[in-house]
Amino acid sequence: MFTLENLTKIYQHRSEEVHALDKITMEIAQGSFVVVTGGSGSGKTTLLLTLGGIIHPTSGSLRVKGASLYDYSSNQLAAYRNRTVGFVLQTFNLVPYLTALENVMMPMLLNRDLEEEPHNRAMKLLDHLGMSSRQHFLPRELSIGQQQRVAIARALANDPDVILADEPTGNLDPTLSGEILTVLKNLNQRDGRTIIMVTHSPLAAEYGTMRLSLKDGRIES
Amino acid sequence: MNSRFSLATVIWREIWQRKSRLISGLLTITLGIAVIIGIESVTSVSKEVVKKKLDLLGANILVLPQAASVDDYYSADIDAPTFPEEYVERIATSMLPGVDNLSPKLSRRIKVSGYPVVLTGIMPSNELASKPIWQASGLMAADLKLACATSSNPSDTTRLDPSLKRGTVDSLAATDVWVGSMVAERLKLTTGGTVTLEGKEFKVAHVLPETGTVDDNRIFAHLHSVQQLLGTGAQTSAIEIMGCCNAISDGLLGKLRNILPDTRITTINSIVNTQIETNKLMSKVSLILLVIIVVVGSIAIGNYMWANVEERRKEIGTLITIGFTRRRIYRLFFTKSLILGLVGGTLGYLLGTLAAMVLGPQLAGLKISPIPIYLLWSLIVASTIALVGSWYPVYRAARLDPALIMQET
Repeated sequence: MFTLENLTKIYQHRSEEVHALDKITMEIAQGSFVVVTGGSGSGKTTLLLTLGGIIHPTSGSLRVKGASLYDYSSNQLAAYRNRTVGFVLQTFNLVPYLTALENVMMPMLLNRDLEEEPHNRAMKLLDHLGMSSRQHFLPRELSIGQQQRVAIARALANDPDVILADEPTGNLDPTLSGEILTVLKNLNQRDGRTIIMVTHSPLAAEYGTMRLSLKDGRIES
Repeated sequence: MNSRFSLATVIWREIWQRKSRLISGLLTITLGIAVIIGIESVTSVSKEVVKKKLDLLGANILVLPQAASVDDYYSADIDAPTFPEEYVERIATSMLPGVDNLSPKLSRRIKVSGYPVVLTGIMPSNELASKPIWQASGLMAADLKLACATSSNPSDTTRLDPSLKRGTVDSLAATDVWVGSMVAERLKLTTGGTVTLEGKEFKVAHVLPETGTVDDNRIFAHLHSVQQLLGTGAQTSAIEIMGCCNAISDGLLGKLRNILPDTRITTINSIVNTQIETNKLMSKVSLILLVIIVVVGSIAIGNYMWANVEERRKEIGTLITIGFTRRRIYRLFFTKSLILGLVGGTLGYLLGTLAAMVLGPQLAGLKISPIPIYLLWSLIVASTIALVGSWYPVYRAARLDPALIMQET
C-alpha cells in the first residue's frame, strides 16, 4: 500500500534544523494494522500527516499503490485525502455547528463519484456505529465517546482504503477506548482496511499487527 | 432537509449558529449603508430643490454682439452694437438641451420729460420667465416653466415657446409700456396713465415692483414697438438665456457659440457659479462619506472575519483533511462575506430610506421617496466592503498550515 524510501522531513526552528522524519524506509502492506509509538516529538504525527497527503516531505519518496504521492497536483492530493484516506483525530474535530449526520456527509460533498445517496450512506454509517438515534445532535450534545464514533463514521464516508488515526483514544476512558479500538479492529479485520494508528497507549498498541517505534524521526524498532 | 445538504447549507449553518457574533459585523455594514443611502436620498431631493430655487434667480447666460461688453449692456449706450433678432429663432430651433428660456431685448438710453431712462424692448412672456420677481408680484398670470429638467430632453418640443415667433405676443400691446418703480416715482406715472416716448404716446399698463436692480430705472415696451420707435429694424442688443446649470457645466456655452459665431456669449458668473458650486459641494460631501464608510466598514468586517478565522482554525484544518482545497476554503469564507454584504446592503438601504423618509420632512422640509436604483448601489457597495475587508483574513485562512493546526489541542 505504502512504500517509503528515505522519507525525510526537516523543520526550520529559528536557525536550527529539526529532523521530524529522518530517512525512513519501510513498506506498509494493504490490510495492515500499524501502530506507531514513540515519545513526544519523535515524529509520529508528522509521519501520519505525511502519509495523509498533508505534510510535504523535504526529501525521499512516498508511493501509494505505486504512485508517487507528492508528485500529485494540489487537486489530486485533495482528492486523495477525500477518498483514499480517512482521518480520526484525538480531538475528534467535528464541525461544531453541523449535526452528527451532516458531519458524516461533509466529505461526500466533495465526492462526485459516490454511487450511494449521501444521506442514506451517512445514515448507514451512523447506524453501523450505533449512532443513528443521535443523527440530529450537534457535537456539543454528544458524549466524547459518541463524538469519536461520529468522527470514525465521517472518516469512512467515502469508503477509504486507509484509516489514519492520531491518538484516537487519547481523550477516552479505558472502557470507551476499548470500544473505539474494537471498531478500528473490525474495520481492519472485517473490511480489510489499512489502519495506521499513532498512540501512546500500551493497551491500544496491543491491537496492531505491526508495531513501529519512532525516536528522533527514525525507526527505532 | 439533509438530503439537500450542500456547501451553502454549511455556510448558512455557520452563520446561524454564530449569529450573535455576526451582529456586530452586519450592524457595521447596515449602518454604514444606511447613512450613505439616507444622505444620498436627502441630497438628491435637495439638489432638485436647490436647482429650482437657483433657477428662480433668473437668467444666467447673456448673448451680446461681438463688439459689446457687459457694461454696454447695462448702460444701454446709444452707440451700443446690435445683432439680428433672427438669432433668437436660431437658438430656439437648434433644440439645444438645457436652454429653458430666451429673452431678447433692445435697450437704448432716452430722456422722458428731461429725466434719463433706459427704454427696453422685450418679448413679454419670455421676459417674465427670466424675471421671477415680477411673477412673484402677480404681474402676469402666465403659465411659465422654470425647471431645467424638461429641457434636458432634446426631443421635448414643448420647450419651444410659440411666443418666440414674431407677432404672436399679445400680452403687451404695441402701445403699452411697463414702467420701473424708480421711473414711475420720478415721473409720477401710474397704471392706466400715459407717457410720451420719443414723440409717441404709450399707455402705462403696469408699474413694476421694486427690484433693486437697473430694471427700476427702465421703461419696458414690446420689442417690436421699440424697434419701430428707434428705427433699428429687427435688431436686438442682447438675448438673456436661462440655462440649466448642469447643461452649462456640460458645455452649453460652446454649443451656443457654434450656433452664433459672431456673438459674445458669457455667463452671469455669480448665478452660474453658485449653481455649479452648490451641486459640486453636495457631490463632494457624499463622496467623502462614501470613502469613510468604505474604509471603516472594511476594517470592521476585516476584524470580524479575522476573529472568525481564528475561531475556526481547527475546523479549517479538519476541512483540509477531508479534502478541501484552498480554493474551496476561499469560496467558503468569501461566500459568507458576500452574504454578509448583500444582507447588510439590503438592510442598510431599507433603514436609510426609511430614516430619510421619516426625518427628511422634519429636519429639511423635504418629502423623500424611495429611490430603487440605490438598492443596487447599496448591494454593490456593501458587497465590495465585505469582500475587501475579508480578503486578508480569508487569504490567511486558506494558507494556514494544517499540520500545525492538527497538533493544536
